Amino acid sequence: MKKGLEGPPPADRPTPAGRRNKQGIRIDPEVEATHEPRRTVISALVTHEPGVLSDVSGLFSRRQFNIESLTVGPTEDEDHARITIVVEEPDPGIDQIEKQLRKLVPVISVRELEPDAMRRELALIKVDASRPDQVAAVAEMYGGKTVDSSPETATIEVTGARQKIEAAIDTFSQFGVREISRTGTTALARGTDRTAASSTAQPADEANYEDQYTHTANDD
Amino acid sequence: MSERAAKVTPADDEQDDDQITDSAAPDAVTEDDAAGDDAESPAEPVTTGAESVVRALENAGVEYAFGVQGGAIMPVYDALYDSDIRHVTMAHEQGAAHAADAYGIVSGEPGVCLATSGPGATNLVTGIADADMDSDPMVALTGQVPTEFVGNDAFQETDTTGVTTPVTKDNTFASDSDRVGSDVSEAFALAREGRPGPTLVDLPKDVTNGETDREPDAPTVPDTYQVQERADSEIVDAAAERIENCARPVMLLGGGVIKGEASEACREFAIEHEIPVITTMPGIGAFPEDHELSLEMAGMHGTGYANMAVTHCDTLIGIGTRFDDRLTGGIETFAPDAEVIHVDIDPAEISKNIHADYPLVGDAETVVEQLSEAVDSSPEAKKWRAQCQQWKSDYSMAYDAPEDKPVQPEFVVEALDEATSDRAIVTTGVGQHQMWACQYWTYTEPRTWVSSHGLGAMGYGLPSAIGARLAADDDQEVVCIDGDGSFLMTLQGLSVAVREELDITVAVLNNEYIGMVRQWQDAFFDGRHSASDYGWMPEFDKLAEAFGACGFRIDDYDDVAETIDDAIAYDGPSVIDVHIDPDANVYPMVPSGGDNGQFALTEDQL
Ligand SMILES: Cc1ncc(C[n+]2csc(CCOP(=O)(O)OP(=O)(O)O)c2C)c(N)n1
Repeated sequence: MKKGLEGPPPADRPTPAGRRNKQGIRIDPEVEATHEPRRTVISALVTHEPGVLSDVSGLFSRRQFNIESLTVGPTEDEDHARITIVVEEPDPGIDQIEKQLRKLVPVISVRELEPDAMRRELALIKVDASRPDQVAAVAEMYGGKTVDSSPETATIEVTGARQKIEAAIDTFSQFGVREISRTGTTALARGTDRTAASSTAQPADEANYEDQYTHTANDD
Repeated sequence: MSERAAKVTPADDEQDDDQITDSAAPDAVTEDDAAGDDAESPAEPVTTGAESVVRALENAGVEYAFGVQGGAIMPVYDALYDSDIRHVTMAHEQGAAHAADAYGIVSGEPGVCLATSGPGATNLVTGIADADMDSDPMVALTGQVPTEFVGNDAFQETDTTGVTTPVTKDNTFASDSDRVGSDVSEAFALAREGRPGPTLVDLPKDVTNGETDREPDAPTVPDTYQVQERADSEIVDAAAERIENCARPVMLLGGGVIKGEASEACREFAIEHEIPVITTMPGIGAFPEDHELSLEMAGMHGTGYANMAVTHCDTLIGIGTRFDDRLTGGIETFAPDAEVIHVDIDPAEISKNIHADYPLVGDAETVVEQLSEAVDSSPEAKKWRAQCQQWKSDYSMAYDAPEDKPVQPEFVVEALDEATSDRAIVTTGVGQHQMWACQYWTYTEPRTWVSSHGLGAMGYGLPSAIGARLAADDDQEVVCIDGDGSFLMTLQGLSVAVREELDITVAVLNNEYIGMVRQWQDAFFDGRHSASDYGWMPEFDKLAEAFGACGFRIDDYDDVAETIDDAIAYDGPSVIDVHIDPDANVYPMVPSGGDNGQFALTEDQL
């Protein structure tokens, strides 16, 4: 009969010099390359039908993509809806999010928005109304509108980029914030640039890719 | 909310004329040109949603459907009663899904399974998840409670589309009797187009019972689903240049090679350029394992030589593989010197686990042909090939089989291989036996290896043998190499094999353990055999007889060859209860997350 497995044991075998990082990218073993997460906005145009939102949100939780906010609403075409997702991931993760989204059958197109895209969020902030004049002054400072007031409370609507909303909430906190409700970010590309690029379009070539994706988001 | 499919449904013939011609292939079924080529006896027009569902199956060329009856799916079964589609009643829905899955693997066409709502549908889930992980084409049809009860926790209601969303390529809740046939057609097209996978249509009883005279549309994918066939030619050229100039190339063929019918193209490419070839587990059969260039399977229980080659190569041509962790081991040490050329039809696979230096998105066969055209000269890799051959002899696959010890499993696998033809189909459960079936059977043809790779579902072996048998040619033997624990999970399928008179040989490698767990416990848990000792196993040969199958038993080497011959020769289902060495282990082994090049040959090396 044959002999059992043999051959040099692990310690006697040659080992290669190279190494990869956690994302499977080859690296110089001396310098550990890390990819820092960045925040960005992904816009997906989807068919407007039951179940799409759960398809999309399920994809995010299942694949452990770090989601900041997700908004959805109808578009100019009644058969389509737009989902706007703010994520924070390292670049290979963002790339993977886009590819995985594209795989969903009801998804028509997916695109990462440019840093200069218009991004807006709406917040309702309910504060104690003990100092109504000051509340009104702060609201005005942030372009907010008082949408409800009672002897005890005032509710202010603020829209704008996320940072502005955070700043507004910060400032309102001096009056005592009772409740906050925020919508999450919705966004559109600027000018004639179409937010929903055709899904047949191939990912931008490498150079363009770097260029397009490495700006920091200043509006958000 | 609008219906997704409204676009492809002709509301009335006139108005939607363009769309019909647009979406419908030439073989679209219209009322004058009803199903099939049999012009003399045009099929009756459909009158219910259920009939339209069955018509869609017929139009898609379905020969077999596997399933179990039930309240919510009854209208569909009633319509099947008049159809030529052969329904195979299974003993459990999990078996129906596995049988359909295996049918899809062997035939290349989506296998079909049916189940009723609630428990029927949930019993399918394991099999659907299995098909999803392995990208096998499959269509699951599930009954659902009537639409008006949906959401009310009605009797046997389960949110089937909700439950299966994470494990299907796409699923649809059918909401309209006029549309339901087309929903099924679309599910078919999606299951096989691009990267194959399981699709599901959930069929509320009122929708299948409802009246309609609408024939289903031809199987067409929705226009939001687009597949790229040809890879970017610039990247092809760059990859070709890399191949021409490298010194240590390896081709790594995954399951996508087989599903994409690219085995032939890959063989030609490897042989022409003399590039050593490794397969993943699902890629087994893509390249003949008896060829000099073959290094067989890499990964956790792959051959030592495949793992040495993949670890030391400078150029890795991965085709139709998703770089699963059972293949790669630790990412940091996977092919760490290699530039990676990755061919895949699914863009999301590119750089998901292993960064691709040359991403080639497209159909495997097409892209390999593109590469073939682009590569002008073969790499100078003589030394490398010699090195691979050296590893082949250094780490050759071998085992001890002393006469005074119980039968070794490897011997049984080799004996089964010898007793059958090159085209014999092997199916397995999950565990040690599955690994021995990979290692000690020499596969030479695609679609002859049927196993649960990505999901690793015990119980896969017997039902998949049933599906494989029905898809295989008559002269292809079907052998299920099973474990005692795995077999116990779905052996009620024997009743089906007996009833259908299926010529299947099941060899249960019986170690009275759930052996793979026992092996890990010995290696990593101080030999504490918590819940892995299955000393209470039934006598499988007698059990087989009780089902009406033919039972055999092997206790020592003298019985092996003859018993196997008898079991293979038996024209019907036979089960060999093979009592193997309970302490036999699978080696080589790369521990989970380990370095492929550091595979252990014995337990002390772990
Ligand atoms: C459905 C399911 N449950 C549990 C497991 C975990 N598991 C993996 S291998 C294995 C042992 C399988 O035992 P057996 O079928 O007897 O095969 P052997 O390893 O002994 O050849 C188990 C329990 C699994 N893969 N699938």
